[in-house]
Amino acid sequence: MRNRDLTPSEKSQATFEPRIVAFFCNWCTYLAADLAGTSRMKYAPNVRVIRVMCSGRVDPQFVLDAFAHGADGVFIGGCHPGDCHYQEGNYKTLRRFHLLKRVLQQMGIEDERCRLEWISAAEAERVRSTINDMVEKVRALGPLDLIPTEEKVSAEEVAV
Amino acid sequence: MPEKPKVAFYWCASCGGCEEAVVDLAEAILDVIAAVDIVFWPVALDFKRKDVEAMPEGSILVSFVNGAIRTSEQAEMAHLLRSKSKLLVALGACAHLGGIPGLANLFDRESILKAVYLEAPSTVNPEGSLPTTHHKDDGHSVELPGFYNTVQALNQVVEVDYSVPGCPPTPRIFRTALQTLLGDELPAKGTVLAPDCALCDECPRKDSKPEQLSIVEFKRPQQLLIDEQKCLLAQGLLCMGPATRAGCEALCVRGNMPCSGCCGPTSRVKDQGAKILSSLASLVAGKEAAEIDRILATIPDPVGTFYRYSLPASLLHRKQLDRASLHEAAASK
Repeated sequence: MRNRDLTPSEKSQATFEPRIVAFFCNWCTYLAADLAGTSRMKYAPNVRVIRVMCSGRVDPQFVLDAFAHGADGVFIGGCHPGDCHYQEGNYKTLRRFHLLKRVLQQMGIEDERCRLEWISAAEAERVRSTINDMVEKVRALGPLDLIPTEEKVSAEEVAV
Repeated sequence: MPEKPKVAFYWCASCGGCEEAVVDLAEAILDVIAAVDIVFWPVALDFKRKDVEAMPEGSILVSFVNGAIRTSEQAEMAHLLRSKSKLLVALGACAHLGGIPGLANLFDRESILKAVYLEAPSTVNPEGSLPTTHHKDDGHSVELPGFYNTVQALNQVVEVDYSVPGCPPTPRIFRTALQTLLGDELPAKGTVLAPDCALCDECPRKDSKPEQLSIVEFKRPQQLLIDEQKCLLAQGLLCMGPATRAGCEALCVRGNMPCSGCCGPTSRVKDQGAKILSSLASLVAGKEAAEIDRILATIPDPVGTFYRYSLPASLLHRKQLDRASLHEAAASK
């Protein structure tokens, strides 16, 4: 009964499970996630991990494409400064991330939806806590919902 | 004498510079007129919409449409020309990618109309009237085109066969495109009719680009005396060359101004803004967040700079609207 009073957006909010795309560096965060798994740590199942050889491989296009294809958040995990397997890759990531965040802000995408963390191969606990924290923050924001739905398109077309 | 191929031109949301570009062919326009029959060109010839409506489907060989799609009338004309034409070509940056009018996607319809009709210092509008789609005056009622919330590139509204890039396309790009279209062998559908490599490739300053660049401050052209020989990026200027398609022969750079990216990305890039962001940010000096932010702060408007011509065609398409107001709009409809 109660569901009938909810607007479509509230309804989707009630059953909303954030979808987060994670790009993890092969040499650090990916191994930390592996360690979290073998240590049987439990964390939110909302993250789809993509292994990249270096966080510097994460083209800003990957982040935008993830959002455009339905991700509610994007999480990039790289090596601590000074620890990059390729010496400078993570510094490039950091610079791109800072500029990308400004673009996302201008485009009306909330700060908490895109996150960069340095997580070494030993920091399994940090993978767990960061993912849990991010999932809760994105859950609070609600769906990003960039894929146009019929409802959105019809609202768009309302003429003046 | 065999019938000449029919060609049409139309103008949507744009400044009209692309129409100029056609005239800019100079003497070569005589060859164009000799080769084709222009059946519709509102800016220059007196044909009306009903003339186009009377044409058989597919009877026009090529329709060149410039400008983005901003109003319902432009969308209707795009659909009409699509059905009457064998080939529909997006002419210029606005039709190709959304162009400068596409930057309106950083706002919504209400704030644009408010700014233009109520708040602009030069506006005199004591009654506070805003554009409407229906109007009654003296017993007559008129229907006017609606103004969309979001600007779209031509291929987001109708099927487009080819795009001719540039703001506006240079006479050479346009002439080459025309020759290609009138020739026997058409390129694959969706092709952008310009070379598929970065502008740096045809830049006269290419050799002065250092192997390793490290930028400590981005400068705007008025802040320095620009060296006419040296790579503009090496001088700290924000040049879009690395992420922009070639074809214009680096006109702006030859005029001592950095590329602003009007020819859009190459075929390997989905999002021109993200690509130049990636390229420029990796050149920034500094390893500490504060230092990086200080340098990046010298780019005052990242979206307006990186997506100057391509916001509607970008992956995010537009600034995210406030969801609550969208639902309200849908409900009130």
